[in-house]
Amino acid sequence: MFVDSLKRTAAVALTLWAAAHATAQAQTPVKIGYLGTFSGPIGAIGQDNYDGFMLAVEQRGGKLGNTPVQVLKEDDQFKPDLGLQIAQKLIDKENVPIITGLMGSNVAMAVARPITEKKVFLIGSNAGPSALAGAQCSPYQYVVSWQNDGHAEAAGKFSNDKGYKRMVLIAPNYQAGKDALQGFKREYKGQVLDEIQPGVTQPDFSAEIAQIAAAKPDAVYAFFPGALAVNFVRQYQQAGLNATIPLQTSSMLDATTLPALKDSALGLFSTHWWAPDLDTPTNKAFVDAFEKKYSRLPSLFAAQGFEAALLIDSALARTKGDVTDKAAFMAALKAGNPKSVRGALKFGNNNFPINDYLAFVVVKDAKGRHTLKTVATPLKDHQDAYHAQCALK
Amino acid sequence: MTFSLLLTQLLNGFQLGVLLFLLSAGLTLVLGIMHVINLAHGTLFMMGAYFAAATFGLTGSFMLAAVAAIAGSLVLGAVIERVVIAKLYARDHLYQVLATFGVILLFNEIARYGWGPSPVFMDVPAFLSGTVDLGGVVYPAYRLAIIGVGLLVGAGLYFVVHRTRVGMLVRAGATDAGMVAALGVDIRRLNAAVFAAGAALAGLAGLMAGPILSVQPGMGEPVLILTLVVIVTGGVGSVRGAVYGALIVGVVDTVGRAFLPTLMRELMDRSVAMAAGPAVASMLIYLLMAVVLAVRPAGLFPVKHG
Amino acid sequence: MAPPTAPATAAPPRRRRVALHLWVAGALLLALALVPLVSQLLGQGFYVTLVSRMMIFGLAAVGLNLVVGYGALVSFGHALYLGFGAYAVGVLSFHGIHDGWVHLAVALCGGAVLATVIGAVCLRAKGVAFIMITLAFAQMFYFLGVSLKQYGGDDGFAIDMRSQFGFVDLDNSVVLYYVIFAVLVAVLYALYRLVNARFGMVLRGCKSNERRMAALGFPTHQVKLTAYVISALVCVVAGMLLANLTRFVSPAYMQWLVSGDLLVIAVLGGLGTLIGPLVGAVLWLTMEEVLSSFSPGWGMVDELVRNHWLGVAGVVALLVALLLEHGVYGAIVARDEESGS
Repeated sequence: MFVDSLKRTAAVALTLWAAAHATAQAQTPVKIGYLGTFSGPIGAIGQDNYDGFMLAVEQRGGKLGNTPVQVLKEDDQFKPDLGLQIAQKLIDKENVPIITGLMGSNVAMAVARPITEKKVFLIGSNAGPSALAGAQCSPYQYVVSWQNDGHAEAAGKFSNDKGYKRMVLIAPNYQAGKDALQGFKREYKGQVLDEIQPGVTQPDFSAEIAQIAAAKPDAVYAFFPGALAVNFVRQYQQAGLNATIPLQTSSMLDATTLPALKDSALGLFSTHWWAPDLDTPTNKAFVDAFEKKYSRLPSLFAAQGFEAALLIDSALARTKGDVTDKAAFMAALKAGNPKSVRGALKFGNNNFPINDYLAFVVVKDAKGRHTLKTVATPLKDHQDAYHAQCALK
Repeated sequence: MTFSLLLTQLLNGFQLGVLLFLLSAGLTLVLGIMHVINLAHGTLFMMGAYFAAATFGLTGSFMLAAVAAIAGSLVLGAVIERVVIAKLYARDHLYQVLATFGVILLFNEIARYGWGPSPVFMDVPAFLSGTVDLGGVVYPAYRLAIIGVGLLVGAGLYFVVHRTRVGMLVRAGATDAGMVAALGVDIRRLNAAVFAAGAALAGLAGLMAGPILSVQPGMGEPVLILTLVVIVTGGVGSVRGAVYGALIVGVVDTVGRAFLPTLMRELMDRSVAMAAGPAVASMLIYLLMAVVLAVRPAGLFPVKHG
Repeated sequence: MAPPTAPATAAPPRRRRVALHLWVAGALLLALALVPLVSQLLGQGFYVTLVSRMMIFGLAAVGLNLVVGYGALVSFGHALYLGFGAYAVGVLSFHGIHDGWVHLAVALCGGAVLATVIGAVCLRAKGVAFIMITLAFAQMFYFLGVSLKQYGGDDGFAIDMRSQFGFVDLDNSVVLYYVIFAVLVAVLYALYRLVNARFGMVLRGCKSNERRMAALGFPTHQVKLTAYVISALVCVVAGMLLANLTRFVSPAYMQWLVSGDLLVIAVLGGLGTLIGPLVGAVLWLTMEEVLSSFSPGWGMVDELVRNHWLGVAGVVALLVALLLEHGVYGAIVARDEESGS
């Protein structure tokens, strides 16, 4: 009897020890390199994106897909050569299997291939330059944000729908600005009176606004990043054009710029794939949780950070925390995420998302904050214009 | 191109020139009299804007914001002068560049720490938020106010520099600082006063720019470059050079940006013009400066050194 | 009378002590030479890339130092040449030309022409005007780069393969490291000879008193222009190496902040000393790396430093300017000179 109970205790102890050992092994955290931009002109975007990403991780107790993760936060300072150096550090020194983030297109262009050729998975949560959607696509590269032309294409279609026949277009003279103009013209069927491209560091648009007023268009389409967006909208309002010439924007009005614009942005339209009132259960929960944690409304960039974390969560859950089997993890990523912020995240052949694009207007919400209200869906299940150039199927 | 558009663009250029003048007046005197390159001048502009925006956010009063901006940057300028600049008077320009570069980095991070990386909101005062009809040309009231303030400050500066004893010392110092010191003037106090005054002017510029440009860390650097272009084009150490240089740069930049792309499209192939036009428009003031320096290396209105 | 004999107690000849700054210089070069080996031992290839980047910026700063430190011509636009070298490699690669010798020839010849033209215009100005006009040219080329849509504009573009030289395979990062190191040492040696030759003496003479040099009949303008072109070419070579290292070209390499960084690095290390700028580059970039991953476990301070490390770097720059009269390495040299070794 005594020996029986001894054997039983030993068996239990052994099982417990084995179980503990096994879980301990499964519990080695998966390292994720987060390469964002926290200083320089798009620092605000980088901060929001990171906050969104970390919200998802914290909600799950430091785990994604039931696997503990360790997020290594790095700042590329918007410098491509520094971004490359950091990417190499993450790969060589820290042996990360996944790198995410990438705010600026210039950094993305510099690091995409060096990352994917080392068979490290790249989950881009902001930049979407056309080269990466086309000829430089890769089975290791997934972008959960959007392809740079997308929001402008939506604005072009929306402008058509609203019946604007003659428009003036304005965007800064840099790659994303040119992509925006190109994307807009791809969908817009009316007459383009003029295309104005101010310098990318120029903060004052009084000259350009005067030109716009003189051309007397039906409407204006504008794309400006970050602080320039704030400058342009305010100056547009101060020139009194708010009331006379409708302003159609894309990717300009969000939680990072509206607090600085306040009433001068009321009634303006913008387009993108996400707004705080996007009607999916995941998004509603995300907005509430973000507001509770950070006491501010999330922006598109925060939603994208969250989306990237959710994709990794879904993929890790599918492979049960295993990132060493590259083919399996790749398939798990490619399958997308049915419960993502945008509803169902699905990828095209080039691993860029296929989704709807919305149009929204700036309003004041119940708490008196300036936010976006969805009014239309100009593009449904839209795929980017470069997927045909990608060799993947 | 109608007359009213041209007039509007000229006004725009004038307004930019006025803002640049406020910034370059202080900087040119600092460089001309104290022979110090102060790269942190853009930082003083930024901090002026932040003081204004913070006060405006707390009180909602533009007047209080104005006081905070000017007083705040005056004090900040005085502190920087004592702690950093005074120790570098005798040193080579490069050490001044290194030190003030350090100041730029430090204050950008202080701004980011204090107010975050996103732009901070500041509005025009309510009574200036509309537009004014100037005989057919509709122009924002606030920008007219900027021109007005600039002209006032310019007149005030002229009065001080040309009609008061302090101004006389400043002009003498710009011509020959050593002689002024030898004649028994406390050159240290004069330097400190000039620097602080320059800082206050930069703060005023920051206050006025706050409602139209976004207030965020690093907003001083692009403005610093423009200011340096103005000073060098106008003539280092010369307030007259600052005035004319600022107006010329402001008008050339604005009118160039407005009409050059259209002009190029008339003259050459559309796709070439679309590609080159904006690039050339951005380069215009640098081309202007290069031409001026190639022809008159001391600037357009240099100080005549005895 | 017997001839006087030599004093029986002649003092033994004083042994010449090698100056501290030479030790420092030697140690630095030795450490740089050993980095790849140590890196392999630790199994961390990343340090090779990190130090390669340090050496490239050090090289550019060493070139800049020729005009700034020895010639007193403060150029705020040398990043232009860094970019030119990078674009030479990039554009040729883009059109399918990967031969390293072609890259080198185009970069050097094009760079020489560009630098001669720009230098000739800039040298018409003096003092602050010179500083600003060099900046103006750099800005012009930056905006030009941003507007070149077929080369990616400000997004830049990636290079498929590194410059192909027959006898070395630059695609191996350790080989590239040693090539950069070799170029750095060669340039340092060449500049050492140049600075101590007649040309160098004239240049330094121009720094202390140009009017006197002209009065003595030296062709000061030619000398200054030649020095400017040589320093520009060193930056062009650094740019070529940078493009090869990162396999990426963008107008960001030509931003005025990069020119500013080069100046800061040169001053930090020590102007008027050959290896000073290299010391500056190593210090500045090491500080950048250390501060941005600061985590010795000091709680709140850790995160503060990591998130705002640029501010800490600014304070360091400020302190060096105020306290160290000749930069870090320059201070060592000055102390050695004072103590007479």
